[in-house]
Amino acid sequence: MASDLFESPDYYQIDDLLSEEHKLVRNATRDWVKKEVSPIIEDYAQRAAFPDQLIKGLAEVGAFGPYIPEEYGGAGLDQISYGLMMQEIERGDSGVRSTCSVQSSLVMFPIYAYGSEEQKRKFLPKLASGEFLGSFGLTEPNFGSNPGGMITNYKDMGDHYVLNGAKMWISNAPFCDVAVVWAKNEEGRIHGLIVERGMEGFTTPETHNKWSLRASATGELVFDNVKVPKENLLPGRSGLGAPLSCLDSARYGIAWGALGAAMDCYDTALRYSKERLQFGKPIAGFQLQQKKLAEMITEITKAQLMVWRLGTLKNEGKATTAQISMAKRNSVEIALKIAREARQMLGGMGITGEYSIMRHMMNLESVVTYEGTHDIHLLITGADITGIQAFK
Amino acid sequence: MKVLVCISHVPDTTSKINFTADNSAFDKNGVQFVINPYDEFGLTRAIWLKEKKGASVTVLNVGGNETEPTLRKALAIGADNAIRVDAEPSDAFFVAKQIAAVAQEGGYDLIIAGRESIDYNGGQVPGMVAALLNWPFVNACVGMDGEGPEFNFTREIDGGKEKLSASLPLVIGGQKGLVEESDLRIPNMRGIMQARTKPLEVKAAVDAETKTSVGSFSKPAPKSAVKMIDAENVSELVQLLHDEAKVI
Ligand SMILES: Cc1cc2nc3c(=O)[nH]c(=O)nc-3n(C[C@H](O)[C@H](O)[C@H](O)COP(=O)(O)OP(=O)(O)OC[C@H]3O[C@@H](n4cnc5c(N)ncnc54)[C@H](O)[C@@H]3O)c2cc1C
Repeated sequence: MASDLFESPDYYQIDDLLSEEHKLVRNATRDWVKKEVSPIIEDYAQRAAFPDQLIKGLAEVGAFGPYIPEEYGGAGLDQISYGLMMQEIERGDSGVRSTCSVQSSLVMFPIYAYGSEEQKRKFLPKLASGEFLGSFGLTEPNFGSNPGGMITNYKDMGDHYVLNGAKMWISNAPFCDVAVVWAKNEEGRIHGLIVERGMEGFTTPETHNKWSLRASATGELVFDNVKVPKENLLPGRSGLGAPLSCLDSARYGIAWGALGAAMDCYDTALRYSKERLQFGKPIAGFQLQQKKLAEMITEITKAQLMVWRLGTLKNEGKATTAQISMAKRNSVEIALKIAREARQMLGGMGITGEYSIMRHMMNLESVVTYEGTHDIHLLITGADITGIQAFK
Repeated sequence: MKVLVCISHVPDTTSKINFTADNSAFDKNGVQFVINPYDEFGLTRAIWLKEKKGASVTVLNVGGNETEPTLRKALAIGADNAIRVDAEPSDAFFVAKQIAAVAQEGGYDLIIAGRESIDYNGGQVPGMVAALLNWPFVNACVGMDGEGPEFNFTREIDGGKEKLSASLPLVIGGQKGLVEESDLRIPNMRGIMQARTKPLEVKAAVDAETKTSVGSFSKPAPKSAVKMIDAENVSELVQLLHDEAKVI
């Protein structure tokens, strides 16, 4: 693969809205991605292999729980810093960003927000250092967009719980050391349980032959009468709102991340079209190509402003679920469109692994589906503005 | 051991270079600044001295407050504290005077600067600092080992390498080789957080004259168009080299 020349677009001087520290966070993450991810990622994606050597580096750079307080092994950074890190990591690859999102927002966040002090001390530092890799089990074979219908359940056996059921499409599952699993108790109320590798009856078969997120491992979590110690139940919150609040945090990161993928596609197409000559001039000189590029930078700029504002609201504790849905949906939509247009601008070269565009495009097909499908986010906005739910 | 690392704040190597309307100064508009790459090798070497020998590492810049993000980055990478001498770095002698004053006042044993900075490429400051302090100077330094106070150094010289030794206090003009590119550190998030509370002291400049002043800058002439001549047509080539290029 050609060397990574990425420069981030900043058409509206949005950098002026960032602090020097934010820029340092972004540039450090970008430097790390250029050094560690760009040179190897195409090969791993082509082979559908998980680049587990990156785990240590991701932990070192601080991509696991950047906003978790330092006493639990995080970096204690703000939400804009978290967003910028996700932008830069997904600029490299959505699969690598997925690994970080799951670890930070879906595993560390629920343990931090709803876990007991002992759970926080036991798990968070190891998750931050990459010694433990986590997964998040909400989706089931028959309950995707409608997770409230889940059938995974546990029974109280007095001194422990017994967990039964199966989760599907779970990122990091095949290699996870711990899984935050959402299951119903005997009264049908959803609770989170920390299931650890090695517990009897707990297996994690891998899902093969994905055309998307090939450098991220996806699998099932299968629970066959798994004995879970009582101290592994997350005591702080129950009900569907508990896992959904984790999704808020992850979706927020995706809103920034997908924008990173869009920026990479735009940057690649811009550079290529200025160099590629046809009919005696650079293809960037043709109106049809300029229309594509001009629309791309317009959409990127709008999305940059949106996620920046969302980050500010999130720092102030004011971002709503519906606002996060809108940004996640928008960023993924523009990223997918930009990836498709950019791919065409590269002609035949655009379908090869020589350039990152087609990998982004295929990755984004997962990103548009997980963490709430494109349709579901529209329904969330619809319900929010009309006050009428249209899910059922 | 107290190590003072000189950090210049220079345009990123990919920046587009422009000058102000009267060509008297570099136009900083829209330019990204970074730690001078030669200084970054020195900074990393200093961090090794900290990690392996318990040295303290201070980073120093002579410049306006726009250079503070560069110093914060050096702190995030691992320096203990930073000093900024609040003055326009107008010429090499002026800057060297400032560095020498800080070194004397702070009781440092080792000054690591870059062999040159990649903005104006003067390459004079570390030599002048050594002269002002009357310390040994190891320029174009590509290797350093030993336990101290005596160290063995390797220098790059025309067509080869020179090995020498010198004792603290001394000044190094460093470059790649002091550490390798793969040794350079990317700040991590915890480092960035810690850098928030590390001291960054702003000092007033000491009196010093400037010995040079800039006249004007100009860019190299743009490349002219390439003329293609048929491989068979040697006589036309000769004629053009003679009449147009005037090289034969
Ligand atoms: C690579 C990958 C990684 C994943 N990682 C995880 C993970 O780590 N943890 C986890 O818990 N899950 C994970 N998921 C699962 C993901 O969240 C689900 O795939 C997603 O929620 C959609 O569920 P589903 O696949 O069952 O689709 P369905 O819910 O069956 O949806 C199918 C289609 O129907 C539409 N639809 C559904 N309901 C409605 C409605 N009410 N109105 C209109 N249209 C509707 C959807 O928009 C979609 O287009 C992952 C998925 C992928 C692909």
